[in-house]
Parts: sequence; structure tokens; C-alpha cells
Amino acid sequence: MEEIPVSYYLVLSAILFACGVTGFLIKRNIITIFMSIELMLNGVNLSFVAFAARWHNLSGQVFVFFVMVVAAAEAAVGLAIIIAVFRTRETLNIDQVNLLKL
Amino acid sequence: MNEPNLNLWLIPILPLIGAAINGLLGKRFSRQVVAAVALCFSGAAFAKALQVVLQFSSLPTIPHVETVATWLRSGDFSVSYSFALDQLSVVMLMVVTGVGFLIHIYSVGYMWEEGGYYRFFSYLNLFMFFMLTLVLASNYLLMFIGWEGVGLASYLLIGFFFTRDSAAAAGKKAFIVNRIGDFGFLIALFLMIQHFGSLNFSDVFSKIASNPQQFPVESAGAGVLTAIGLLLMVGACGKSAQIPLYVWLPDAMEGPTPVSALIHAATMVTAGVYMVARSHVIFERAPSAMMVVAIIGTLTAFFAATIGIAQTDIKKVLAYSTVSQLGYMFMACGVGAFSAGIFHLMTHAFFKGLLFLAAGSVIHAVGGEQDMRKMGGLWKKIPWTWGTMLIATCAIAGIPGLSGFFSKDEILWRAYQYPYGGPVFWIVGVVTAFMTSFYMFRLMFMTFAGEYRGAAGASHGHEEHAEHGTHLGRDDESRAGVPAPHDPAPHGHGHGGIHESPWVMLAPLVVLAILSVVGGWVGIPGSLGGNNHFDKFLGPVFRSSTPAVNAEHAQSGESVPPEQTTEGEEPKTGHSTELMFTGISVAAGLLGLFLAWLLYSAKPDLPDRIADSIHALYTAVANKYWVDEMYATIFVKPLIGISTLVFWRGVDQTVIDGTLNGGAAGARELSDEVRHMQSGNLRSYAGWIAIGAACVIAYMVWVGTR
Repeated sequence: MEEIPVSYYLVLSAILFACGVTGFLIKRNIITIFMSIELMLNGVNLSFVAFAARWHNLSGQVFVFFVMVVAAAEAAVGLAIIIAVFRTRETLNIDQVNLLKL
Repeated sequence: MNEPNLNLWLIPILPLIGAAINGLLGKRFSRQVVAAVALCFSGAAFAKALQVVLQFSSLPTIPHVETVATWLRSGDFSVSYSFALDQLSVVMLMVVTGVGFLIHIYSVGYMWEEGGYYRFFSYLNLFMFFMLTLVLASNYLLMFIGWEGVGLASYLLIGFFFTRDSAAAAGKKAFIVNRIGDFGFLIALFLMIQHFGSLNFSDVFSKIASNPQQFPVESAGAGVLTAIGLLLMVGACGKSAQIPLYVWLPDAMEGPTPVSALIHAATMVTAGVYMVARSHVIFERAPSAMMVVAIIGTLTAFFAATIGIAQTDIKKVLAYSTVSQLGYMFMACGVGAFSAGIFHLMTHAFFKGLLFLAAGSVIHAVGGEQDMRKMGGLWKKIPWTWGTMLIATCAIAGIPGLSGFFSKDEILWRAYQYPYGGPVFWIVGVVTAFMTSFYMFRLMFMTFAGEYRGAAGASHGHEEHAEHGTHLGRDDESRAGVPAPHDPAPHGHGHGGIHESPWVMLAPLVVLAILSVVGGWVGIPGSLGGNNHFDKFLGPVFRSSTPAVNAEHAQSGESVPPEQTTEGEEPKTGHSTELMFTGISVAAGLLGLFLAWLLYSAKPDLPDRIADSIHALYTAVANKYWVDEMYATIFVKPLIGISTLVFWRGVDQTVIDGTLNGGAAGARELSDEVRHMQSGNLRSYAGWIAIGAACVIAYMVWVGTR
């Protein structure tokens, strides 16, 4: 069976990451932005595992687990913050929660 | 190594301690304590110097060098704080500490009424420190430190009455003119480092002496040694007030009179002579430099003496006299008679120090008046001042038996007889001696003889008022009302109470008067039955390590071994010739005395008529040949103009300020633009990060695929 070249994975990873970046930059809804971040993380994860499989090196896979753990923790905290924000401000549009800006 | 440790460093350090105590704490002290501190430390330096000198004859090696610490080291070149003692520095040491101490005593009385008493003594002690460093230094760099230091002290003391504009300006003038000279000295030091790799006197001189091939006598063409010699002479011209840099010394009379006596007559201004004599090894191999020294000295002696004739300020006369006498010393050095130059330096320190102190006493007596036309008839009122000043005047005029007679005669004789000398130097020297005698006795007659002409005096004859210099005369009505500018603290004798100075001022006068008489007896020449101990004492310093020149001397009648030098002169010209020359110079001195008596005592209306008949010449002389005005036109005004237009408006305001202000304005404009990037909008930051990352990646891809 023909092996899929690593570059395919990388291109897919790059597309995923670029989608994440784009979503992060142009979306206004906090939850969508949050999902875009997850998308970026997973894009990176994909390249990690692709390289790990290519070089038969487990470090990449271990790294992916770490990223997933951190992402899960982040999701928990982030969603909690989003709920708190929505309760106080009754909106999820980030242009209306930019109080930290000068 | 059983070199005795003389602790030479103590000699300069003691006055420095005194200066520090008085300078830092003196404001809280009473005058008595300030005076005690100053006298204590300068006296201690004198005592220490005496002790050192007493041990001098038992020193195993001369020069005796004591190194305190290494100062700087760079590769093979190193300079240390080290002090050297040889016959030359012994003489200088005694002159500086001895005369210095006497003048300290005198100042206690003279400055008693003045403000800034502690400041004065702090500066005076500081001066002693630097002067002693200068004469004791064993290398040129340490000497240069002393050299600059005495310049600083001189500046501070000339401008001592700093509230007077003229004093502050005179201080600056002295400092700036000295800088010109120091520039030459400094370049000479650089040349020495380049060619000898050392600044130690012993290293430099032994390198010159041991390499006759590398450093020949530069009689044919000018070489390194000539360059160094000429540059050193530039330095000496500045410090010792020789043509063309003498202009600062007459102005320096703005300082208090003891300062004029100590710094501008006895010690500091002779530093140039000392330095030239110290560097005699260099000069002896550079005949053209010697020639320049001799010519400058002779010209200065003559030129300053002519100016001195027409001055009416008692201190200005003495100032020009000092310039003139310094010229004699350089003439001596220039013809190769270094020991004669140092001899005259020593006697001059005695009698000129005395003259200034006595002039100070006169000024003190008449309440700050310095114009001789307003003095007269003072000899009855201040007999001690008169007596001591008369002795000093006789000494400087070369009246036989007094110190100045021997030293001046020695110089004139050597100027005629030495290989570098010649009849021209002798003739100019004798004419100058005549003028010296004339202006000094003129000063004496105007000050002490006749009737008192001061505005405060009870009996002032109107007809004698404008005795001299019609164009300078002011009417006495206006003069009476104007307080004397010299006297910032009027102390009660503005109305006629002419009185003798206190004993604290008279005692130094008497001591110096005795020295002015006997000071010359150490150097009585062979022709007068002495055997010139002074010359023999300095012999080892000036005759070592110069075989080539000694050989030259031998050809012209002098023999190489130092112990035979005085005898060696005889074959060329016997005692009779020397005696004849002595007679001529004495006659010149007496002629000056007679003429001064004739013009200023016997027929007081004659000077005016003479001045009228040679009006143009008289005006030129009385205005000091307009040298100051000439310098102002040639150097000062163009310099100020160029500085204003090119350096201030052009370079400073346009280029430097333009660059800085333009840079600042550009930065502000740029940041005004860039500021907008910092919107506080997180997503825009993220966008910038993304763009940046994209750029980095693109660059890396570009580099990787190239």
C-alpha cells in the first residue's frame, strides 16, 4: 500500500491553521473565536503526529496529548469565562466587551 | 642598596595638607588659625627641605631618586610618582621653600584686612605643592603636572579679587596664554615618548648621550632634538613670560602683591628657566634651539626693559623688570651657561621677591595707591621699607658686592665668551643692564625721594603732579574723590596716615634684604678672587653626559673634566678682560643710577620735555608698543569671529543642534504614525502577529529554497 506523503498532512495542517487564524481575526462571537483557537491547535496537532509517524518518534505524539490536555483545561476555563461574561453583559460580541482596552 | 630614604614626597605633600585644611575648613577658622595652619605647613616643608639638603652631600648617588608608586603603565612605557634630588633641584628647592615661606609670613600681615583670608592661604599652599612637585619631579610628566598646577594656582591667585572684572580677566589671560605654551610642552612630551620611549629625565638623557649616532649634535640641520628643544622653549615662553607670550605677566599684577612676589617674580615664572636648564642635554645637541633660546631671551630682556622705563604703576615696572630679568636667564641658558642662568634665577628670587614685597609695603603704606606719580618723599615715613628696597634695587642694578652684580655679570661674561654666545648678546645685555638700573632707580626716586604727591598728603605741590607722562595725567581733584581700585577693604589710611608696615611684613623684607646682599657670594667668579662655588656645585648636573659639547667647549678653551672648568676658561681670555667687562657693566649700572637721579630728582621737569621731544617713541613705549592691541587684532578678534560664525552658528547650531533636534523631531513624527498600530484591539494584534509570522515563514522558505 502506497504511503501518504507527509507533505499532504502538512498542507492539511496549514489549511486548518489558516482557517483558525482567519476565523480568529474576522469573527465577532466569542464562542466562534474560541472554536477557531481549537482549530489552530488541532492543525498544529496534526502536523505533530504526521512528523511523529514519519520519523517513528513518539515525542510528537506525547506532545499532542499535552496539547489536548491543555486545550481541554483551557476550554473548561474559557467556557466558564464566556458564561460569566454573558451573564453580566448579555452579549457575546467581543467588540462590546473590550473594557481592558485603553 | 643602602640608599637613604629621605621621604622626598613629604616636601610637596605638606603644603598640600595645609591647602586642604584651609580650603575645606578654613571658612570656620579665625584668621589666626588660618595663618597658623598655612605657616605651619609651608614652614614644615621648608624645614624638611633643609633637612634633605643637609643630608645631600652624604648621598651615595646623585641624582637621588625616590619612587613612591607607579602612576601609569602601558606596554614598555611607564611613569611613576618619583622624586629626584640633584644639585639643580636642591637649589630650586631652597629657593621655593625658603622664599615661599618668607612670603607666607609677609602675607599674614599684608592680607590681614582682606576678605577670603583662608582662600588666599589655601591657594598659596596649593601653589607651593605644585611648585615643589615641579622641581622635585624625576620625569617630565610629573613635572608637567606641577607645571599645570602652578598655572592653576597662578590663575586662582591673579583672580583673587574676583569681584573686579580686570582681575578676573587678567586671571583668564594668564591661563589662556599659558595654555599656548603648554601646548608646545605637551607636544615635546609626545615626541619624547615616541623617540625615547620614556619620560624619565635619566632615561631620556642617557639615551641621548649613549647614542651619538642616532642623536648627533644637530648643528647642520634640524632634527628631533631641535624640534623637542623648540617645543620645550614654547612651553618655557608661556610660563616664564618671554616674547611672544609675555603679555600675561604685567596683567597678572592684578593679584595681591605677595602673589606677584612669590609666583610672578620668585618661583613660578622661573619654572621655564628651570625646565630649559633641566633639559640641557637636549638643548646642547640642538644648537639652533639654543640660538632661539638665546635670541628670545636677549630680545625679551631688552624689549621689556624699554617698556619698564615708561610705566607709572609701581608693580607694572617690577613686572616688566621681571620679564626682562627672565630674559637674562634665558640668554644665559641659550648661550650654554646654564649654571649662570640658575644663579641669576636664585639671586633674582631674592631681590625681585624683596622688591615686590617692599612695593607691597609701599602700597600698604599709602592706602592702596599704585601710581608712582602720586607717591614721593616716602623714605622718612617708611624707613625700613625704603632701606630694604634700596638694597634690592642696588642688587638688581648690579652695584658691586650685591647678589645681582655677580649673577648678572656672570651671565654677561658668559654671553660674550661662551661658544654659543657672542658680542651681540653682550652688548644688548649691557644696554639692558643700563636700562634696568635706570628704571629701578627711577622707581626709587619717584617713590621715596622728593615731596609726597599723593592726594591725601597735606603738602602736595601741584607743579610736580604731572611730573611724568602728560597724556596719562589726570587732574588731582577727580583723583582725590576716587577710591583706589586696589583697596577693597579700606583700612583707615585713606586720609594721610602713611605708616610703616607691621613687623610681620618687615621681617621677611629684612631677611630677603640680607639674602639679596649675600646671596651672590656663593658665586664670586675667579676674576674677582672667588672661585665660583655655585658653578662648581651645579657642575655635575650640567656637564655630565655631553661629551660632544664638552669637546666643542674644549676646542674653544674649555676643558672636559668638570673640576677644571673654571681654570679651563683662562687660556682664551684672561682675568683682565673679564674684569674689564665687569667694569663696563658696573659703569652701565652707575650710569643708569646717575641718569635716574638727574631726571627724577635733580631736574624733575626734564622727563616731560624729553618725552615731548621724542613723542612718538615715548607714546609707543608707554603703551607697551601696543602689543596687547596687536594680539587682540591679529589673534583674539579673528578667533572670536570665526568661533561665532563658523563654530557657534555654523557647526554647533546648524550641524550638532540640527542633527540632535532633527533626530528627535523625526522620532516623534515616526512614533506618531506607528502609535496607531497600538489600538488595544486584540484581534488587530493577532493580525500583526500573523502577518509577522507569515513574513518570517516566507523568509525562511525563501532562504531554504534558494
